[in-house]
Amino acid sequence: MPEQLLFAVEVTLNGLMAGVMYALVALGFVLIFKASGIFNYAQGVMALFAALTLVGLQNGQIPFAHLINAIFGTKLHHFGWHMPAVLAILLAAGVMVILAILVERYLLKHLVNQEPIILFMATIGLAYFMEGIGDLMWGSDIKKMDVGLPQGGSFWIEENTQWLGFGNENFYGFFLDQLDIVATVIAAILVAGLVIFSQYTKQGRAMRAVADDHQAALSVGISLRFIWVLVWSIAGFVALVAGIMWGAKSGVQFSLSLIALKALPVLMLGGFTSIPGAIVGGLIIGVGEKLFEFSIGPLVGGATENWFAYVLALIFLVFRPQGLFGEKIIERV
Amino acid sequence: MLDQSADGYVTEDGRQIGGVLMEMRNITLKFGGVTAIENISFDIREGEIRAIIGPNGAGKSSMLNVISGFYVPSEGEVWFRGARRPQLKPYQVARQGIARTFQNIALFHGMSTLDNIMTGRMTLMKSSIGAQAIWKGAAEREETEHREAVEKIIDFLEIQAIRKTPVGRLPYGLQKRVELGRALAAEPKLLLLDEPMAGMNVEEKEDMSRFILDVNDEFGTTIALIEHDMGVVMDLSDRVVVMDYGKKIGDGTPDEVRGNQAVIDAYLGVSHD
Repeated sequence: MPEQLLFAVEVTLNGLMAGVMYALVALGFVLIFKASGIFNYAQGVMALFAALTLVGLQNGQIPFAHLINAIFGTKLHHFGWHMPAVLAILLAAGVMVILAILVERYLLKHLVNQEPIILFMATIGLAYFMEGIGDLMWGSDIKKMDVGLPQGGSFWIEENTQWLGFGNENFYGFFLDQLDIVATVIAAILVAGLVIFSQYTKQGRAMRAVADDHQAALSVGISLRFIWVLVWSIAGFVALVAGIMWGAKSGVQFSLSLIALKALPVLMLGGFTSIPGAIVGGLIIGVGEKLFEFSIGPLVGGATENWFAYVLALIFLVFRPQGLFGEKIIERV
Repeated sequence: MLDQSADGYVTEDGRQIGGVLMEMRNITLKFGGVTAIENISFDIREGEIRAIIGPNGAGKSSMLNVISGFYVPSEGEVWFRGARRPQLKPYQVARQGIARTFQNIALFHGMSTLDNIMTGRMTLMKSSIGAQAIWKGAAEREETEHREAVEKIIDFLEIQAIRKTPVGRLPYGLQKRVELGRALAAEPKLLLLDEPMAGMNVEEKEDMSRFILDVNDEFGTTIALIEHDMGVVMDLSDRVVVMDYGKKIGDGTPDEVRGNQAVIDAYLGVSHD
């Protein structure tokens, strides 16, 4: 059945690109977990906050307008400008760096050497705090992300892959979303950039050193606080990229923060400490859930995408708890 | 008795020791109600190998941690290169040119030997993030220079064979050697070694002793070390501080210390009746 096969290929391609989106979110988790051992529950909210800030800046929305109006009886809402997307992205990235500095100064600094569970609770607090601040600053309505990314299916790919059907009338060529393709390219550039940074620069080496051993890092002259700010800034930037992609796909809305939950099974598969793991884990889950929905879905009444990833993660937890690429847990007795 | 004038002294084997590099003045360190170090003063002179010895729990490691900034003394002053040192963070101490090793080896286990030693040069690297992004050429040249320095250290410590091996896989003795290499890579003015020979067999101890002497001899590095093995300490060091229960009970050349009654009592035990 070449027709079925072609559809399966199309589903796989779409799955791969959905996987890239999951990987983007998981990447932020891995960066922070590696460097500081903190499972940052707020990573999803950071993506939301970054996207809100980007849209707000771009459209010249006045931050805290509702609050100011309520207190002073004014009717402020917009500055009246419309920024170019590139400038707004740069400014939003700047805001994420400021956020990283604030998190380090007012949260992490006071929680050094605490139990992981306490740090985890702190990030839950941070998540809800940021969600609230995001609401206060930019309002809770659903916003449109318009940074000039292409939308809809790519006709070019459709036309140029039609011949693969070899005259089959039911096959019109592969349907791929242009946004997904752009997201894949950007994610690839982002990961390549991260790898080059961590392997070949002084700060990258310092980051790996801190991830490996805090005490040893201190003894060679690395400031932990600087590295934490750096790592949270990078995670903030990754969150911004994820926020742009997800925002362009489904609008900037508060449910965006729940994509963090989608990243969890990715991390179970890829391991919490591995950047390649986050990528491969994201791809496996993306392809897995699309193919499962395509093949088994009709038999069980569909909607398998809601739970497939978690079941897969559960199976991994039983048979390979450290994930595909995670560091092996060996306890010496 | 050695002539300990301000200008230094000449050791038994004829090496010229310089002026005071680091001075600990009336250092006291308390953890809650426990006094780990009680009012101890001593100095470390340029070019010498200075040992701190004492029975278990005497406060030797605590003293090393005060010097390297990991512990904050409750009282007393630390003087370094003729100036009083304000309270610094460990990474700031490292940037002043004080490198150290740890009793329980603190290496970057996931990184190769080469990368580990390379991190030792962190304090000597200048290029900032921005500069590395813009002047790729300059950053590359700097990287090459540091690589050459690291290769020299690898040759010096005779660990060429394990250059690319992740240090987590190395046996204990070699890990200790890599850790020494990382400390050396910083080209320190003062090198602190916390029990460099703990847990080693005789052969490994001999190797390590040779490296310590060579480092001091070839690079003129001032070394302060903590060691349990009395034989090793007496062979290696120029002067020895002896600690017991947080107090200083002796200070002098190995021969002087060996003849000191308080030291003999601390090590052999003495009946208090």
